[in-house]
Amino acid sequence: MSESGKVPGLWRRTTLVDRGGPRGIDRGGRGLLTVLAVVAVAVPLLNQVVPATSAFHLSPFGITLIGKYMCYGMLAMAVDLIWGYCGILSLGHGAFFALGGYAMGMYLMRQIGPRGVYGDPVLPDFMVFLNYKSLPWFWQGFNHFPLALAMVAIVPALLALVFGWFAFRSRVTGVYLSIITQALTYALMLAFFRNDMGFGGNNGFTDFKEILGFDLHSDRTRVVLLVITAAALAAGYAACRKIVESRAGRVVLAIRDAESRTRFLGYPVESFKLWLFVISGILAGVAGALYVPQVGIINPSEFAPINSIEAVIWVAVGGRGTLYGAIAGAVLVNYLKTYLTGAFPEIWLYALGALFVLVTLFLPRGITGLLHLRSTQT
Amino acid sequence: MNVRDKRLQLEGLTVSFDGFKALNNLSLHVDPGEMLCIIGPNGAGKTTMMDVITGKTRPDSGTARFGVDIDLLGMSEAEIVGAGIGRKFQKPTVFEQLTVFENLELALAGSRSFLTTFRARMSGAQQERIHQVLDIIGLLDQRDAFARILAHGQKQWLEIGMLLMQNPELLLVDEPVAGMTPNEVERTAELLRSLAGEHSVVVVEHDMAFVRSIAKRVVVLHEGSVIAEGDMDAVQKHARVIEVYLGV
Repeated sequence: MSESGKVPGLWRRTTLVDRGGPRGIDRGGRGLLTVLAVVAVAVPLLNQVVPATSAFHLSPFGITLIGKYMCYGMLAMAVDLIWGYCGILSLGHGAFFALGGYAMGMYLMRQIGPRGVYGDPVLPDFMVFLNYKSLPWFWQGFNHFPLALAMVAIVPALLALVFGWFAFRSRVTGVYLSIITQALTYALMLAFFRNDMGFGGNNGFTDFKEILGFDLHSDRTRVVLLVITAAALAAGYAACRKIVESRAGRVVLAIRDAESRTRFLGYPVESFKLWLFVISGILAGVAGALYVPQVGIINPSEFAPINSIEAVIWVAVGGRGTLYGAIAGAVLVNYLKTYLTGAFPEIWLYALGALFVLVTLFLPRGITGLLHLRSTQT
Repeated sequence: MNVRDKRLQLEGLTVSFDGFKALNNLSLHVDPGEMLCIIGPNGAGKTTMMDVITGKTRPDSGTARFGVDIDLLGMSEAEIVGAGIGRKFQKPTVFEQLTVFENLELALAGSRSFLTTFRARMSGAQQERIHQVLDIIGLLDQRDAFARILAHGQKQWLEIGMLLMQNPELLLVDEPVAGMTPNEVERTAELLRSLAGEHSVVVVEHDMAFVRSIAKRVVVLHEGSVIAEGDMDAVQKHARVIEVYLGV
């Protein structure tokens, strides 16, 4: 008898993980890279070349929206890398996203310089307001862009390393791991809400002026940020694809499907999980860092558990274990969110819940699973 | 290739669980290249014996040696695998979402760290080895099939193949033909027979016809000790065996 009885027969014929065929042919990934290239070319054209009076002109609002969706797509990809491929369901990935965002936010705050409301040459407004006399030690150096960039990766990586080391060494798996990741992001949210943490309390950081000397409110800077985001997403995708298509990627799948068997073959399961978790944390951090200059604000609500849960829903809707499906899911659900919270603000949370239930019941492999089913049947 | 001349020697092994003696002064040996079958009723200590050899269970007393200088009792499970003892568990566990080829790939000898596996490229010799094993286990045609679509018997062979990838000197095989069709049983017998000689093989099995078809030497366990040993005919005529096991 087959052991895979838990998968409904309809789905059994297709593979749960799209590994892009025998020679790395990856149709979904090619589609994604094409879309990103089109976005990176079309957005500058539509915004900079098409006159503002034209119906085809892309407004600054539109640019920010697309940029935001791509950042969410990157976060979803980070979640998919560990959940779809290694079975680690993190309900706290928003924490890494927010930490990356805060690192970038600290740089942007330092860039404001003396142009704040209180006009202090060094201290950000909130520090003046809270009677800080000097810059806290952990703010030192954040006026240097390279350091801030390094921190965007290092801080989430360190958190992922320490958290993962304890969790995986203790063999915490499944729902227990999900719960403690949720607790992790909740604890960070409470900490960042405190004024004396030195991160602006519940107001967080905002009123950014410029990045590397470029005005954050100019359309041109917005367009450049969007193109950088598209490039980062493409690079992130390529990196993830390289991992999952390597032998290490097959070990990761083996861990997902039969952890103790993999251990018995001599693989250090905990170390593989830790590597993947740290890489995923860095990806989420980079996504957060790209997000903050585009939306212009970061505050502790980014740590809210609901954000991390939403990211998981994006992945579930898009389809686990494909990477590009996660990105598609993030864009789709967020488009729906933008539309619904504008048109019918009171039903959004119900719609989100219903979507999750429906996808779980009827599309266990998400939207990309639907595409695959058709392509294998014809 | 190293000389395959390690003899497995168990002496006076005793294991008790809360007073119940799962193994009671058990002694037996397996010669290099030999095919040995171990039979016995439920609770006779067959699985416990395997657990002791593979380092999963520590005995209260006794010795377990592999070759002249390897003391298995002082080694971890991973070290014992490294010393050349492979075990196939009763329930087939292959990686369902990987292809047959990839299952064998993961069983290749070599460094197991994340970075080395991330950079790993398959060498010609490794590919050759995988094909050799695919041929031995009769799954050449299923090379690129996902393991989950294999029949039960094929999964068992694949798992034996994964053991073979590490080229162990001694193979411990737990109930290989449980749940197999007669045709699969026959092919499994063929497979195991072909392995003996090159490897020492210990098979624990209930299926008498199967045991008769593969083993030259049979050991009967009962209540944690050996009660009879010899060829199948001799064992089946043994009065004590008839009494406790064959139940006639």
